[in-house]
Amino acid sequence: MNGGAVARRTNEEALIEARFGALLPEGSVPAMGDPKIAVQGLNVFYGNFRAVGDIAINIPDHRITAIIGPSGCGKSTLLRALNRMTDLVPGARTEGRVLLDGKDILAPGVDVVEVRRRIGMVFQRANPFPKSIFDNVAYGPRLYGTRGSQLEEVVERSLRSAALWEEVKDKLRHSALALSGGQQQRVCIARAIAVEPQVILMDEPASALDPIATLRIEELMRQLVNQYTIVVVTHNMQQAARVSDLTAMMMMRPDRTGELIEFGVTAQMFTRPKDKRTEDYITGRFG
Amino acid sequence: MNGESAREAAHRPPWGGRTLFRIWRHGDLVSDVLVRLSSIAVVGLVGFIGYELWLHSAESRVAFGLQFLVTAQWDPSIKLVFGALPFIQGTLVTSLVALVIALPMGLGTAIFLAEMAPDWLRQPVGFLVEMLAAVPSVVYGLWGLFAFIPSFVRPLALGLNAGLGFLPVLAGPVFGPSRLAASLVLTIMILPTIAAVSRDVFSAIPQSQREAALAVGATHWEMISQVLVPYGLSGFLGAAVLALGRALGETMAVTMVIGNTLDLSPSLLHPGYTMASLIANEFTEATGNLYQSALIEIGLVLFFITLILNFLARLLVWRVSRRAAGETRA
Amino acid sequence: MSRGTLTPEFGRTRAGQRKTVNALMLGLCMVMTLLAVAPLLWILIYVIDKGGSVITWAFFTHLPTPVGIPGGGIVNALVGSAETVGLGLVVSAPVAVLAAFYAASHSDSGLGLALRFATDVLSGVPSIVMGIFAYTLIVLPMRRFSAFSGGIVLGFIMLPTIIRTTEEMLRLVPSSLREGSLALGAAEWRTSLSVLLPAAANGVLTGVLLAIARGAGEAAPMLFTAFGNPFFSTALNQPIATLPLIIYTYAISPYSDWKAKAWGAALVLIVVVLLLNAAARGLVWWRTRRLGGQLR
Repeated sequence: MNGGAVARRTNEEALIEARFGALLPEGSVPAMGDPKIAVQGLNVFYGNFRAVGDIAINIPDHRITAIIGPSGCGKSTLLRALNRMTDLVPGARTEGRVLLDGKDILAPGVDVVEVRRRIGMVFQRANPFPKSIFDNVAYGPRLYGTRGSQLEEVVERSLRSAALWEEVKDKLRHSALALSGGQQQRVCIARAIAVEPQVILMDEPASALDPIATLRIEELMRQLVNQYTIVVVTHNMQQAARVSDLTAMMMMRPDRTGELIEFGVTAQMFTRPKDKRTEDYITGRFG
Repeated sequence: MNGESAREAAHRPPWGGRTLFRIWRHGDLVSDVLVRLSSIAVVGLVGFIGYELWLHSAESRVAFGLQFLVTAQWDPSIKLVFGALPFIQGTLVTSLVALVIALPMGLGTAIFLAEMAPDWLRQPVGFLVEMLAAVPSVVYGLWGLFAFIPSFVRPLALGLNAGLGFLPVLAGPVFGPSRLAASLVLTIMILPTIAAVSRDVFSAIPQSQREAALAVGATHWEMISQVLVPYGLSGFLGAAVLALGRALGETMAVTMVIGNTLDLSPSLLHPGYTMASLIANEFTEATGNLYQSALIEIGLVLFFITLILNFLARLLVWRVSRRAAGETRA
Repeated sequence: MSRGTLTPEFGRTRAGQRKTVNALMLGLCMVMTLLAVAPLLWILIYVIDKGGSVITWAFFTHLPTPVGIPGGGIVNALVGSAETVGLGLVVSAPVAVLAAFYAASHSDSGLGLALRFATDVLSGVPSIVMGIFAYTLIVLPMRRFSAFSGGIVLGFIMLPTIIRTTEEMLRLVPSSLREGSLALGAAEWRTSLSVLLPAAANGVLTGVLLAIARGAGEAAPMLFTAFGNPFFSTALNQPIATLPLIIYTYAISPYSDWKAKAWGAALVLIVVVLLLNAAARGLVWWRTRRLGGQLR
């Protein structure tokens, strides 16, 4: 499938393939293929203020892509543009293209509801509904008409994928708010998974959690990536280094617009970054 | 700085209350006492109202006891028997019908204002809804009597009677002033209350809940009806209770459109009487101490009911803001 | 089960259904809003139409004429309303403002909580019950209906409005001022004062405007306190006419020229009330904008 495409690959893609080759078992080299999400010329405006400018990035399938950068550089804005949550801000305007499997989700006439089902999101602070654990996870599938035993299966499967099933299987009807912070966050992950998305966006999912809960979330991410594509925003560089396959570095321009300054394989970014600003940030010389 | 403990400092008002008075060279203590006295006076006023009502209804209370609440007779001229039941019923019926209609309408209006309307529309429409609440009761009564009833209520009543007149609650004959008219006017009058309080409730719901629902692929309406409304339910109930309290005590508009007739039939299309309209209608004509004391006792009943409802309403609305605050803290 | 059980065919028809429901329900909310606002427009148009024809200069300056004799006006009611509302303000405003200061600064104390509860209760008491209270308190001992009792009952009714609005305004003053005033000496307190007093004054003014609007519109409690008076009177110990009272009296009378006057009076009343409310709202808007500006 990729024989004739070899010549088209950039240096970056070759590097990525080299890294994947190192990660996977002998004999199986994945093709890079088409990116799961391709961002082209993305600009997000809040009124007259341009929050992120000219973003171009290809997010590959079944990998964890981390977006790092100092506070206020637009990481969250970029993430939220990917599932059109930026639409919720009054006066927000998005320009450019975001292609999910080749189809632009920013095009007029696109069903936003369906986009958000396919691209799920987990937020910085766990935000379970004040309902039972079951009703939280079942919320999405119920919208699609899933009922009865099928619904119960979906809920169980999602909770297992979120590594929470064993802990809550006996108290599914209890309020989700009675759980610990880390458990609540996993309920939110289960809730996002229950509608069978293809991509999961995570906006600093562990920043409000203690170190142990954080590690569990990171383990969970590595398990989930086998089934989903994950994009995670984090201000914690160690976390990015631990968990992600690729890292995108963002920074704020003097006019406070966020831009992407480097994107590459994580191991390489953290040992031999190409951009001096990246190196400054990673080594802590920045801010 | 002035020898205050940390706890005292925490309780200070945002603007340093005592420092304000300290600026006045003299009378620092005097101002403090005055302020305290005023507050005590206000609190005492409530108790005093209850006390006076209790005192001046003594004759009736002694004469009839608790039977007063369940007697269906009101005979000021011959037998001197007074029972509040028809008026309690009239009040409850008109208020509850008004609430049943106004609640979904008010909620829908609040949803439109809080979750749907663009900024440029929200202000003017919100203003109009508030102005509805500002119109005096007499003006509602005047308009109700001469415009609303002939143009809307009476045709509606005729239609309902024609189609569903076999139901006792819609039995004829059809009058102009009626319980239905009172209920509909009350609906218009309490709707702003429900809309305003519900709108506040929606504002108190944290944005993270909306994001959570939408991020899973819910439609706008699904987010509102399945996440926001359950979240703020106790607040909406509080709005309903508050509105009910207002409806129960409404006097002028009701007395001008309800017909002020002691009618024991269950039909909405007949004229009726409420506690408030009874007092308005008969108080100045009340001859004899027993008669007047019976009317005052009705006032006492009204006082207690609205007291309880008000308390309940505040409690319910307070619960929503507590829940929202608790979650953002976590 | 494999991935993708929720897509496409089953998902697609259900998605269409959900979209229809969404559009329908949101549309319904819009309709509800229109229905809610419609009566206001109907009332305004009707009152302006019916009342406008009665409004002349004479309407504002003449006394009511006996039934059947054309002409006449409502000057006694206008004066009476002004007098009773004014009296109510004089009685309630000082107490209300002081109590609001206490409520804003001691919100955690027992008395503070009791005060908040009392304010809520007072605003919820039906005005006719207030009327009974004033009757037993003042009319009975005085053995007569009077402008005085009418003013007092309006004062009671206006009390919670002024307290609540003043307290809210005081709370709006930002806490950054607290840090400032804590750390600095006497000269800086004057600076705090320069922000605080306007805020308080603004709150009191807003509360007063809203209270006047409420008090001026009350008829029920006046039925057996001020009682109404067909003649011109300003004496405190005599019954007095007020605008809402004559609207009521004229409206339920059988005389057509009285009913026409009722519309005229209603027009005057509604214009005054709506203007007061709009002014109060404008004050709030102006104040929050100024405050926002100072925070930058």
